Amino acid sequence: MSPAPRRNHRPTQLSGPDGTTVPVVALKHRERWILGALALAVFLWLAFTMATNPNIRWGKVAEYLFFPKIIDGIWITLMISVLATVLGLVLGVVLAVMKLSANPVLNWLSTLYIWFFRGTPVLVQLIFWYNLAFLFPTLVIKIPFTNVGYLWNTNDVMTGFTAALLGLGLNLAAYFAETVRAGIQAVDTGQTEAAYALGMTPGKRMRKIVLPQALRIIIPPTGNEFISMLKTTSLVYVVAGNDLMTNASQIYKQNNLIMELLIVASLWYMVMTAIATFFQSKLEARYGADAVRLVRKPGVLLKTVSAAKSATPRAADDVAAAGKDLS
Amino acid sequence: MNAQPTEGIRKASPPAQRGKLHVQASGVTKSFGNHQVLTGVDFTVASGEVSCIVGPSGSGKSTFLRCLNALETYDDGTLLVEGRHVGYEFREGRYYEWNTKQFAAFRSRIGMVFQRFNLFGHFSAEENVACALMEVRGFPKAKARARALEELGRVGLAEHSHKRPHQLSGGQQQRVAIARALAMDPEIMLFDEPTSALDPELVDEVLEAMKALARAGMTMVVVTHEMGFAREVADTVHFFDEGAIVESGPPAEVLANPRKDRTRAFLAKVL
Ligand SMILES: Nc1ncnc2c1ncn2[C@@H]1O[C@H](COP(=O)(O)OP(=O)(O)O)[C@@H](O)[C@H]1O
Ligand SMILES: [Mg+2]
Repeated sequence: MSPAPRRNHRPTQLSGPDGTTVPVVALKHRERWILGALALAVFLWLAFTMATNPNIRWGKVAEYLFFPKIIDGIWITLMISVLATVLGLVLGVVLAVMKLSANPVLNWLSTLYIWFFRGTPVLVQLIFWYNLAFLFPTLVIKIPFTNVGYLWNTNDVMTGFTAALLGLGLNLAAYFAETVRAGIQAVDTGQTEAAYALGMTPGKRMRKIVLPQALRIIIPPTGNEFISMLKTTSLVYVVAGNDLMTNASQIYKQNNLIMELLIVASLWYMVMTAIATFFQSKLEARYGADAVRLVRKPGVLLKTVSAAKSATPRAADDVAAAGKDLS
Repeated sequence: MNAQPTEGIRKASPPAQRGKLHVQASGVTKSFGNHQVLTGVDFTVASGEVSCIVGPSGSGKSTFLRCLNALETYDDGTLLVEGRHVGYEFREGRYYEWNTKQFAAFRSRIGMVFQRFNLFGHFSAEENVACALMEVRGFPKAKARARALEELGRVGLAEHSHKRPHQLSGGQQQRVAIARALAMDPEIMLFDEPTSALDPELVDEVLEAMKALARAGMTMVVVTHEMGFAREVADTVHFFDEGAIVESGPPAEVLANPRKDRTRAFLAKVL
């Protein structure tokens, strides 16, 4: 890969019209300095009013920052985020494959699912799952026409935690299905042709050839989904899921330190998203370039990319091939 | 396929004596919506024969080739490969449409090389070749790997086996694609303009690999604009126009003294 162009190289001297070296006067960005100073002033004023507000007891913020109940909540929040994201991803792939399948029934069901879960607020879904016992007091898994199986009390199963997992995971699946579908469709149809021509069945082609390549396009957005999931878990507090937000709210309902505990929770959310964002950027750096290469449509994007790295043989080929692909 | 006689490209015996009819098409038609792409193709290839199909763009050559290995369905006519009706099984007085497994099994015996190579982008050259051996033929990993290296060596790419497609030149990619198809021990090889997407200086390395294959006696159907290759290697040249084969014969006849005006007009443009 060629090194990035050095943008900060500014000559201090150039050879003048008569051949002698003359100094270069750099452009002074006055408007940048003025705008920057104004914006900084507004920011400092806001920060100052917060920091010196007599109604915020910062000592209490520090006291509750590592309070055991808060730390427990962080773990639950992380656990719900990870598990709900995994559930959403797996189900999202299934939904996307259903949506692309030749079977009209699967197709229709997938569309219905996506429409339903995207059409109703996630808050409603959370409360719905939490209160499932109103519809089904017991949950039964058994072999049909026999008495062999398991029976649970719905209220024992549908804790705030499981309601949160289901609500958030099923909801994410509906959104994620669209990402997966786009990823699958972005894989060149030539890959499918080649797989079929070698004698692969449609299922093998999907599992071995198409999905692995679609993953490189699907994976970068999953980081975003996870980051947004970290914060969406705060909704779980309506079903008392023992997450960070639930626990913070339980504390402030007792001691009335509402602002202080909201700040504590916010600080932790910011730490979690900062860490997740760090990994997200690594993920994108790892998969981003491959994703572009794999979407082998000789369009504007490819040409731009090829021009940028015309040093590699592959990119040069693509331009040549794109030009000749007219027959 | 291993023996590579050194004397010339032409095979000793004329095609008719070399084997039974491998492909037999008569009156094959195909429409996309209202657009009739194939208007009635009559075409035969004997075992061990090299057939070149030439003709203008959009005349339906690719579509016909895709019908030959059931990547595309045809509407009407008869299409026999190895004596079997493509897409149908005859049983107790009826034709039954093939299921997915039958389609896959049929295609696994027919090698196809595409204009745009279509190598699997997430696999190395070796994995590209080994993949179908494991997934379709059920080879264990070590055996598939050994076979892949053998096939890559045959097209002169043994030392590139670990490279991903994007690290290979177009000519090398196309040779990997040929190795990938050959690894499946195909009964027939189909080539759809295998050199059209290549820079001119890379065309020869691919044509050489194909010539070696022809010398080894492989049955081949080659859609190409490389008239030099057709003249040198083909037993029969077919001129394809507006969805049908309008003229066939030995390259010396069709390319040197075309009988039809349309063939003449086309050849005047490409030669
Ligand atoms: N899947 C398809 N759907 C609709 N039209 C198609 C499809 N495939 C090919 N065609 C049309 O069929 C005609 C012949 O195409 P093709 O077989 O690729 O010709 P050739 O290979 O001789 O250039 C073209 O007009 C093309 O637009
Ligand atoms: Mg074509």
